[in-house]
Amino acid sequence: MKLLIKNGRVIDPSSRTDESLDLLLDKGRIVDIKTKIKTDGAKVIDASRLVIAPGFIDMHVHLRDPGQEDKETIATGSLAAAKGGFTSIACMPNTHPVNDNRGVTEYILSEANKKAVVNIFPVASITKGQKGKELTDMADLIDAGAIAFSDDGHPVENSDTMRRALEYAKILNTLIIDHCEDKNLSGQGVMNEGYYSYLYGLRGIPGSSEEIMVARDVILAEKAEARIHIAHLSVKGAVDIVKEAKKKRIKVTAEVTPHHLFLNDSCIETYNTNLKMNPPLRSKEDTQALIKGIQEGVVDVLATDHAPHTPDEKDVEFDQAPFGINGLETAVSLFLDRLVDKKIISLKRFIEMISTSPALILELENKGKICIGADADLTLLDLHKEIIIDVDTFKSKSRNNPFQGWKLKGMPVITIVGGKIAYSSSSIKSK
Amino acid sequence: MAFKHKHLLGIQTLGPSDITTVLDTAESFCNISTREIKKVPILRGKIIINLFFEPSTRTLSSFELAAKRLSADIISLNKQSSSVIKGESLKDTIKNLEAMNPDSLIIRHSAAGVPYFATTFCQSHIINAGDGAHEHPTQALLDALTIRQKKKSFKNLKVLIVGDILHSRVARSNIFLLKKMGARVVLVGPPSLLPAEFKKFGVEIDYDFDRAIKKADVIMMLRIQLERQKKNYFPSIREYRNLYGLTEKRFRRAKKNAIIMHPGPINRGVEISADMADSAKSVILKQVENGIATRMAVLYLLLGGKEREAIN
Repeated sequence: MKLLIKNGRVIDPSSRTDESLDLLLDKGRIVDIKTKIKTDGAKVIDASRLVIAPGFIDMHVHLRDPGQEDKETIATGSLAAAKGGFTSIACMPNTHPVNDNRGVTEYILSEANKKAVVNIFPVASITKGQKGKELTDMADLIDAGAIAFSDDGHPVENSDTMRRALEYAKILNTLIIDHCEDKNLSGQGVMNEGYYSYLYGLRGIPGSSEEIMVARDVILAEKAEARIHIAHLSVKGAVDIVKEAKKKRIKVTAEVTPHHLFLNDSCIETYNTNLKMNPPLRSKEDTQALIKGIQEGVVDVLATDHAPHTPDEKDVEFDQAPFGINGLETAVSLFLDRLVDKKIISLKRFIEMISTSPALILELENKGKICIGADADLTLLDLHKEIIIDVDTFKSKSRNNPFQGWKLKGMPVITIVGGKIAYSSSSIKSK
Repeated sequence: MAFKHKHLLGIQTLGPSDITTVLDTAESFCNISTREIKKVPILRGKIIINLFFEPSTRTLSSFELAAKRLSADIISLNKQSSSVIKGESLKDTIKNLEAMNPDSLIIRHSAAGVPYFATTFCQSHIINAGDGAHEHPTQALLDALTIRQKKKSFKNLKVLIVGDILHSRVARSNIFLLKKMGARVVLVGPPSLLPAEFKKFGVEIDYDFDRAIKKADVIMMLRIQLERQKKNYFPSIREYRNLYGLTEKRFRRAKKNAIIMHPGPINRGVEISADMADSAKSVILKQVENGIATRMAVLYLLLGGKEREAIN
């Protein structure tokens, strides 16, 4: 069935569009864009007062499926994504078993095909079992549907192995995503190293652990002429390294998460395990550097690092709790309130960072833009609606979110994937 | 006398008057230990559980004796005898003990924040007996009692804390307490065990023990855990002793009436030479003795409220 979206404010950074337009969607594509579209037999959404953006893309999600379905499944994770305004998500390979072979990639895509309401793009591991030793069969994985490669939380320690991975990525024209961490420096750390780790008596993870790996990666990427994407930048020093690398035209891109922007290490005062993630919440100075990095264009992408865990796993002493927090259903409101409404960045720049840029980086040709022929993936935003975050309303299986109770202005209200409504908030009526 | 706290989680949350109240109360309990009948009926009928997830000699027995001298019923559990060993979660273990209606749980754990965590689901009075590298409030209070007995006041005392500051909850609680009471605190140790950010605690930092010890009033030595050497926090015991061990030669630079403290257990010949540990300037065993009166004071102030009001 055709879908006609009327009277919305269409913002598409790729075509520098920002005006009130009607959009007609049919067979999964955008088929018409005009000031006034008249058509028969289409379902109509009145988007007056709403912003229509190209569908949001989260490059960094953990779906836990296969293997840890008590935390999340492809079905629940995709519902959470749709509710959070995301039309596409890339899922990390640290499942059980690890997504290091065609079988797992195919399983994820087959589950997604059957159960997911958003597009799922599997990220395969760089090395077998994420063990940092043998490279995976990258060409075969790409053929099966892998969109990029990452060893995620077990970053490739051996620089020679990383070099070879980048060389292969180059000839296969694929992307390496790295969680940059020198595990020797981070040791048994559970939070950012600094005044607050000393105050709270918790073991620290120094910022240098990230900086060193970011520096190594850009050096290796330059030599290999390959593309590297730095996951969840968290420290000032790493922002500086990416900035310098970009000046030298090294093919590096970088993402940042809401929690690294809006929380800092002083928050851990009450040992709330929903403030434990890796990389850890850094200092206030670091968050300021990340904001500046966003404004200057050093940071390309906003991502969530959605990392669901069960309540029991998090209801333990801080040292014992697993790293990671839930993020899909809170990210967009956080960005709209803290970045856009506070005028840190423009609405257009925000949409660019959460849709246009991830589509370009992941080379999703028909996504991240609004034009005739593009995929009918759209995120509709209400910039004025105020919400109070309540984890009990989450579609995700998990509740490990530190923003509980935050009052925010702006939220995604309708998510359209492939021309169909994947999620619609109860306040929106369509005919 | 006002002590309006339900729990004792750390020194950080106490004010100077709270600290003075604990010390004054402890002082009044000191003589009970030397009486022929070492027992008063103040906490009769109260039930206290010592829950120690880390090994302990001093703190565990000190809390037990303190409770017994106040006529409370106390049982002690350690990690080996708890169901944590069988895979029970910490929260479940504590909730099961809570179900037995104790008046207080005294908790020691290797993870920072565990006593605070317990307060989020427990009704009883939680006392922190040491949580990771975070706080060990009763140790700081008994140290303060010892210092006050010897030096009368904390104002402008030069107190050195020497050794593994990074991993020490004793150091943190003492820093908080001594700063609140007006002392001048100087931390001494190698940078690996004494990061520069500790300056933000309002203390001075010196990597040179010989320089720092000049005119010191109190020298508090910390135990150096020998396994730290494996992670290269220091090159060797010999090197550590040469740079940061308390020897008679070094001690001569301090004030004539300076005192030597150590929370124990000591490594003789490592952070402190045997003759210094046993010297007349050492108050190490006095600290242990004061531990009982201090813990009696803490138990009384937290648990004895109703009786106190009735008496008044």
